[in-house]
Amino acid sequence: MNLRILKALLHKEVIMMRHNPIIPKMIVGLPLMALLIIPLVATFDVKNVEVVVVDNDHSQLSRRIIADIDASQELAVKSVLTTHLQAMDLIEKGEADVILSIPPHFSRDISQLDVEANGVNATKGMLGMQYVVSSASSTLRMANIEEGLPVPSQASSVLYRFNPTLNFRHYMIPALMVFLIIMICGFLPALNLVSEKESGTIEAMNVTPVSRITFVLSKLIPFWVTGLLVVTVGMLIGFFVYGVAPAGNIACIYLAAILLSLVMSGLGVAIANKSATMLQTIFVMFAFIIIFQLMGGLFTPIGSMPEWAQYITYAVPPRFFNEIMRSIYLKGTTIFELRSQFLWLTGYALLALGVAALTYKKRA
Amino acid sequence: MTKSDIAISVRDLTKQFGTFTAVDHISFDVRKGEIFGFLGANGAGKTTAMRMLCGLSYPTSGSGTVAGFDVCTQGEDIKRHIGYMSQKFSLYGDLTVAQNLRLFSTIYGLSDAEIKERMGAVMNQLDMESMANAHVKSIPVGWRQKLAFAASTIHRPEIVFLDEPTGGVDPVTRRKFWELIYRASSEGMTVFVTTHYLDEAEYCNRVSIMVDGRIAALDTPAALKEKYHAETMDEVFRVVAKDAQRTE
Amino acid sequence: MNILGSLIKKEAIHIVRDKRTMFITLCMPLVLLLLFGFAISTEVNDVRVAVVTEQHTDKTRDIIQALDVNSYFTFEGLASDAEVEPLLRQGKIDAALILRTDGAETPYQIVVDASNPTVAQAAVSYISGVVERRTGESVITRTLYNPQMKSSYNFVPGIMGMIFILICAIMTSVSIVREKETGTLDLLLVSPVRPINIFIGKLVPYFVLSCCILAIMLTMAYTVLGLPTSGTIVSVIGVSLLYIVLSLSIGLLVSTLVDTQVSALIVSAMLFMVPVIMLSGMIFPVDNMPLPLQGISCIIPARWYISAMRKLMIQQIGFSGVIKEVIIMAGMTLVLLAAQLGKFNSKK
Repeated sequence: MNLRILKALLHKEVIMMRHNPIIPKMIVGLPLMALLIIPLVATFDVKNVEVVVVDNDHSQLSRRIIADIDASQELAVKSVLTTHLQAMDLIEKGEADVILSIPPHFSRDISQLDVEANGVNATKGMLGMQYVVSSASSTLRMANIEEGLPVPSQASSVLYRFNPTLNFRHYMIPALMVFLIIMICGFLPALNLVSEKESGTIEAMNVTPVSRITFVLSKLIPFWVTGLLVVTVGMLIGFFVYGVAPAGNIACIYLAAILLSLVMSGLGVAIANKSATMLQTIFVMFAFIIIFQLMGGLFTPIGSMPEWAQYITYAVPPRFFNEIMRSIYLKGTTIFELRSQFLWLTGYALLALGVAALTYKKRA
Repeated sequence: MTKSDIAISVRDLTKQFGTFTAVDHISFDVRKGEIFGFLGANGAGKTTAMRMLCGLSYPTSGSGTVAGFDVCTQGEDIKRHIGYMSQKFSLYGDLTVAQNLRLFSTIYGLSDAEIKERMGAVMNQLDMESMANAHVKSIPVGWRQKLAFAASTIHRPEIVFLDEPTGGVDPVTRRKFWELIYRASSEGMTVFVTTHYLDEAEYCNRVSIMVDGRIAALDTPAALKEKYHAETMDEVFRVVAKDAQRTE
Repeated sequence: MNILGSLIKKEAIHIVRDKRTMFITLCMPLVLLLLFGFAISTEVNDVRVAVVTEQHTDKTRDIIQALDVNSYFTFEGLASDAEVEPLLRQGKIDAALILRTDGAETPYQIVVDASNPTVAQAAVSYISGVVERRTGESVITRTLYNPQMKSSYNFVPGIMGMIFILICAIMTSVSIVREKETGTLDLLLVSPVRPINIFIGKLVPYFVLSCCILAIMLTMAYTVLGLPTSGTIVSVIGVSLLYIVLSLSIGLLVSTLVDTQVSALIVSAMLFMVPVIMLSGMIFPVDNMPLPLQGISCIIPARWYISAMRKLMIQQIGFSGVIKEVIIMAGMTLVLLAAQLGKFNSKK
């Protein structure tokens, strides 16, 4: 490896990046878009759950249950009907999410309430159902207290650690850096390499004595730097717009970001080396990126996957990055406590770079 | 012809792609300082043969040396001693003329002083001083070809391989391009050039004509014309290539 | 008609010859459907919980037993007060249940890792449910349509919406832009072929390819994923075909906007991938978004397609229920195609 040649090649890459009509815009636009839009969208906080009540009791208690549900922040009573059939009709049209059935003589017999959720949107259904249940339970408890009936002691308490305001954005923002690194460090080097292939300039390089490593490094280094810049921009937006700052060590965050950049860029280059056209490169990259984003625990918790799928996530490097980022940001976990995640990421980084250098053939 | 006079020596060099034999047992020698023309119709195997000599492609069988290095095992050593100009224009369009030349000089390990001196000489020789800071993609095709030649010879290689260097260029520019080739040759550089312009064959010291992956004829233009009782190289080519099977 | 036939054949050869791309286009839907059908879920069903208790009583034993057998929990054993914090911080447990014994009563405290608020809230409600089981809960709960609360059904429409945009829009735009780059498009445009034929010749092969993918995905959905089959299947196919045509016209649109393959790809990635995943309701419900974003989501075709597919495939509502979605998609298609045709004709 020759540092002088590497420097000359890097100079070339930087000039070409600056001349590209899209890349500079992407470096600014991507973190802005990702951090300003995704946190607003990516939330499972369920609001506006439409509840339809089938009230066959028509008692003071039943009316009180309905009023309390309507008053709660997340729930809205869509309508109060008399038959279950009418309620089902609303569910089928997608106009209601949860049915609460109050059986006849409920207040007298203290029989059971029946809550049914529309399972089409599982998240909304499940959480909506829980909200209805807790609202109804607290109404019943209050009613019992007022009437002097025995109630279970309220000696329980809940302590929400690390994210006491239960703000979903605080959970999303650290992990969104994964999205930025995947796009910048995975996509762009792959596209860059294939476009040199298609334009034929790569052949002019192959016929020179430039070593494999030097050439691959000259392709990767600019994107590593860009990736870190973008992560920095992302952290600044996280702090100034959402007030989310890492509780742990920032150096560890950068270390994780560097490792993931190595993994993604190595993967991108390896795919580009093996592809003949841009379309191929992009399709293979897309397949990886979709699986990485969705299996890596960015949007849906890994703990919710079945066991076999949880094993698959060990093959998804962003999984470890997500864990590291969230732990450091929210919990202030130390690098020592996260050693196994860091080791996994390092392993993948070495593997990806090795594959990238080996698949780059100067000679057919 | 002693060994030290030889720049390229090839014996039974063959390249197969699956069942298709692109280059079929070719053997020839090229002397140092010679302008060696490599003629053939499209698809005759010229580019494939040249890519093997430049270390871009592994031969399926056969042997050869380029600048004293083995084509099968010493590809990277060969690359240090040759220059190559591909059929496709392959300088970086977003870089300026000077930036492209500086990049390739650095890659071939020239020192800063050498780079400065050679770039000055090249720009002067090509009359391109005014274009030094123009982006390569914005300059006319004829200039680009000359620039590509300059980039592939800036490190003064022992041998330069030119793959259809004058494709798509007007006759006046072609003439000027050949002046560059002569000048390089007079400085002792061996020139290995493929072309399908038969008038250009007349400018070479010796030419070989490839037909269907094999070398069908090899000699000086004068000797070839005499042998085939032809007035021009064009007629020679038509006689030699009349049995060609491969077309594009 | 002969000219059109040969144009279609040319394009078909291009598609089929690129074996790797073919392989990916046909396999990606399969893999995604399987992964999302079986692996991805937003349901919280594995809360790792540790219990802290000062002394064992019948009640605490009872509760631990209940946690241990409940399939929503993984009981991570007993812990001391001091261990709770590090266990939570290292992500080894999701929640800790601290039981105090105070005479007959058993007051308790739940300490939960609230990094992910959804998981935290679910965990708290599950744990309180277990602890308070014997306090006479008076509510029973059920889920409709999707009785095991499995999201597998839920993701099928979303994945179909994404795949078609990806394949139709990106493949057509890139293939046209590549012809622009190599100059063959100009060659066709100066030939006596009518522009409308060039345009149909480009689209037909991708339409056929998309139909194959549709067939694969529907077969998967109805067999492996066990989606209920019913009379709505005709509507499902009809609406999907409309969406495929719409995606193809988007591909055409991109191809007229950009000049290089790289730009086409980046524009497609930015314009399609991100919004489709984020804003179409594929993962995150549209109703939860802030109003301006809900507005933006209206111009994303996938949103309407996914909504229609949910109604048809999961809720089993007939065609009459999705007329609004169909009209919107048809409108988008007509506007795009009309704009394209105008553009193609003006080039002549």
